[in-house]
Amino acid sequence: MAKVLISKKACTVNPLKMSQPVGGALAFMGVKGCMPMLHGSQGCTSFGLVLFVRHFREAIPLQTTAMSEVATVLGGLENVEQAVLNIAKRAKPDLIGICSTGVTETKGDDIDGFIKLIRAKHPELDQVALVYVSTPDFKGAFQDGWARAVDRMVETFVEPPAPGSPRRRSLNVLPGCHLTPGDLEELRDIIEAFGLEPLFLPDLSGSLDGHIPDEFTPTTLGGISLAEIRGMGLSLASIAIGEQMRGAAITLEHKTGVPYVVFDRLTGLAPNDELMAFLSRVSGMPVPNKYRRQRSQLVDAMLDGHFFFGGKKIAIGAEPDLLWAIASCLTEMGSQVTAAVTTTASPLLERVPAEEVLIGDLEDLENRAANADLLVTHSHGRQAAARLRIPFYRLGLPTFDRLGAGHQVTVGYRGTRDLIFAIGNLFMAAAHEPTPSTWLPLEPQPEQLVQLGGA
Amino acid sequence: MSNLSNKVQEVFNEPGCGTNQGKSEKERKKGCTKQLQPGAAAGGCAFDGAKIALQPITDVAHLVHGPTACEGNSWDNRGSKSSGPHLYRTSFTTDINEHDVVFGGEKHLYRSIKEIIEKYNPPAVFVYQTCVPAMIGDDIESVCKAASQKFGKPVIPVNSPGFVGPKNLGNKLAGEAMLDYVIGTEEPEFTTPYDINIIGEYNLSGELWQVKPLLDELGIRILACISGDARYHQVASSHRARAAMMVCSKAMINIARKMEERYSIPFFEGSFYGVSDMSESLRGIAKLLVGRGAPEELIGRTEAVVTREEARAWQRLAPYREHLQGKRVLLITGGVKSWSVVAALQEVGLEIVGTSVKKSTKEDKERIKEIMGDDAHMIDDMTPREMYKVLKEARADIMLSGGRTQFVALKAKMPWLDINQERHHAYAGYEGMVDLVHEIDKSLRNPVWEQVRRPAPWEQTVPAGGRAVRAA
Repeated sequence: MAKVLISKKACTVNPLKMSQPVGGALAFMGVKGCMPMLHGSQGCTSFGLVLFVRHFREAIPLQTTAMSEVATVLGGLENVEQAVLNIAKRAKPDLIGICSTGVTETKGDDIDGFIKLIRAKHPELDQVALVYVSTPDFKGAFQDGWARAVDRMVETFVEPPAPGSPRRRSLNVLPGCHLTPGDLEELRDIIEAFGLEPLFLPDLSGSLDGHIPDEFTPTTLGGISLAEIRGMGLSLASIAIGEQMRGAAITLEHKTGVPYVVFDRLTGLAPNDELMAFLSRVSGMPVPNKYRRQRSQLVDAMLDGHFFFGGKKIAIGAEPDLLWAIASCLTEMGSQVTAAVTTTASPLLERVPAEEVLIGDLEDLENRAANADLLVTHSHGRQAAARLRIPFYRLGLPTFDRLGAGHQVTVGYRGTRDLIFAIGNLFMAAAHEPTPSTWLPLEPQPEQLVQLGGA
Repeated sequence: MSNLSNKVQEVFNEPGCGTNQGKSEKERKKGCTKQLQPGAAAGGCAFDGAKIALQPITDVAHLVHGPTACEGNSWDNRGSKSSGPHLYRTSFTTDINEHDVVFGGEKHLYRSIKEIIEKYNPPAVFVYQTCVPAMIGDDIESVCKAASQKFGKPVIPVNSPGFVGPKNLGNKLAGEAMLDYVIGTEEPEFTTPYDINIIGEYNLSGELWQVKPLLDELGIRILACISGDARYHQVASSHRARAAMMVCSKAMINIARKMEERYSIPFFEGSFYGVSDMSESLRGIAKLLVGRGAPEELIGRTEAVVTREEARAWQRLAPYREHLQGKRVLLITGGVKSWSVVAALQEVGLEIVGTSVKKSTKEDKERIKEIMGDDAHMIDDMTPREMYKVLKEARADIMLSGGRTQFVALKAKMPWLDINQERHHAYAGYEGMVDLVHEIDKSLRNPVWEQVRRPAPWEQTVPAGGRAVRAA
């Protein structure tokens, strides 16, 4: 449907996009006892760290190989080795997740080779898992880094089930990076209601949901354990949420034979009907009453809300999967997506219900949003919304100027219902009060007079 | 590259830096910062430092030449305020791709500069170098020179790629860029005997505006602040100032010293944090100006303002003593000069149980010793785990630190106050000190602490008809 364009500008103004390595690092943050690390100069880590601290309002475990200019030119083996040893000693992690950066990719460091050398030299590190994922800053975007890191974890850890081993009543869930810890909690409730045990990879709801641990932990505070990841081959099925997770789901199926389904979104009525039907089929259980009730509430919310959504023009800036989810849902409420800007390529883009989807920046979005009734993007859109004087709905990472970004829920019947309320309320608040001059006829133009006279 | 490494050596050789002068030739060559430890490092890179130092210049387009990480992950994350233009809050980056990495990014950079000038027409464009283009050999100096000539507008290279060192080095390299390409290139419309530069003040949360009214009252004009709420023209014509105050000692000492050398502008090192420091700074400015020929009576007028403002500040601080007496503070700070804040906090009865001196100079440490008496209070580099322990064991009542360690305190269910660059409150001058103490008081007295420390119902046993007691 949509024509996919790539911005022709040389200079990116007000970036929408964030880089692959921080996306990869965030995926590692959904694993228990993990210390993610960027192989690059210490600024790469520092910027990522501040980004996540501002969004989640949590302590963020993220380390660096602190590459200097000389080390970069000579190669980073020594730095990776020292970093791994230091982290193992200080933080005692189960897993160190290593992402490359632009500068070490430009040099061409062979990190898988480094890991082999480090392993041979340091048998004391045998208890620490090391996973490396290639995530150059100058390619792709945040969601690509996340997807690649999850794929690498599936490839590295998930074990093929022994022949004849019984399936467990568990369901693998591979969530895209556009899902919040709150979204995962919602899905956990839904899946458990069907008597299934969900295994989220990664599970940010265990680590970045904002809870108070009993002790100080230098690594992630929770998440899926390595043992749980290894056992994912025994599940009944896998669901990938977001097109970005298809790759990891396929890898999992190839390794273990666990069949997968991709839900390209879980925001909106129809996709959640599909989820309910799927869960009912896999579990052999009827849809619990709670969700029949919630479906009815969503339908009611759509009826109540459609007055405010109908005909509204909406400008959205988001990564492909989030753009697809939100654009589809708002279009189904009667709104029109008049500007869609995203960060990276995806097979979803041409399906987005808009005339064009531009891989570009927030300057492009602002230019295309001049006549919009609502701007939807992450917090960096705040300056554009202020200049445009239109309502602004913050969605996506980073959301640093509002509380509770980690608990914003847009999946499930209930999440969709609340999203409709939140955006509908913005439209209501922005409605123009009529004045005596609202309905004054415009001065007729001369050519109109001619036409009128002729009629 | 050799050009850049010469620059780095030059900065390491800073004669204005006492620590540096105490070192042997060999040590000096190694540089002024600790070697970064892989796997145990925290803090920004040299690019980060350069950007922090210059971005507060509000009417300039700040263009980052690099992959999306350097700018895309970090923009609009500091609270430096502007009284006018907002272009500094618009983010510009070349966002280089694989093609650039293979074939070089110089043309991409040049076209980006062109687009910015056509669309935004700023008085100047600053181009920040980053690791990847530095690695592939993009010569930003040449591109900037060519663009300057072509577009008839200053295009300034800031050569401080992340991997040359930490944030602090980047501050200094940014200073070098100003000295080499900006300062002294324009002339002010007029000068007065009361013109000063303030160097190393970034107007975070508008702190400069807590100080400026008093300078205005004294008739002292800030010719240029480098770089808080500055305009390009002010920095470019700052060489006509009569005197300068250097605010953040380690960040931009090279600017202050070289401006003294080149333009005979005397400077002193001062701080706007703390009541007595603020007074000393006002006196210092007046003294230097009079030394350069301003009328003598400025000193008397300054004393009158100091006397009035100090009395007013202490009077406003006094009521807090009652609540704050004996409360213990853990002070983990970078930029804000510890000792001057320490004195003011003690004045209202707070007890400092520890202060970090990671970024303090030798003289700072002497001062802290003088004020607090006990060496053990000084912490060179406290790990988050240790901070957590101090707070969890209630050896301190509140922690003042930067955003990175915020959650160490909050997870220990202890009050915390942001005193770093991302903070939302302004703590400079007499006004700022009262605000800081007010914020500490507000935080300590918030009823939320009592609530959040309540044990959960399943953590307590309820004897029949009795009150809840904590389970063993």
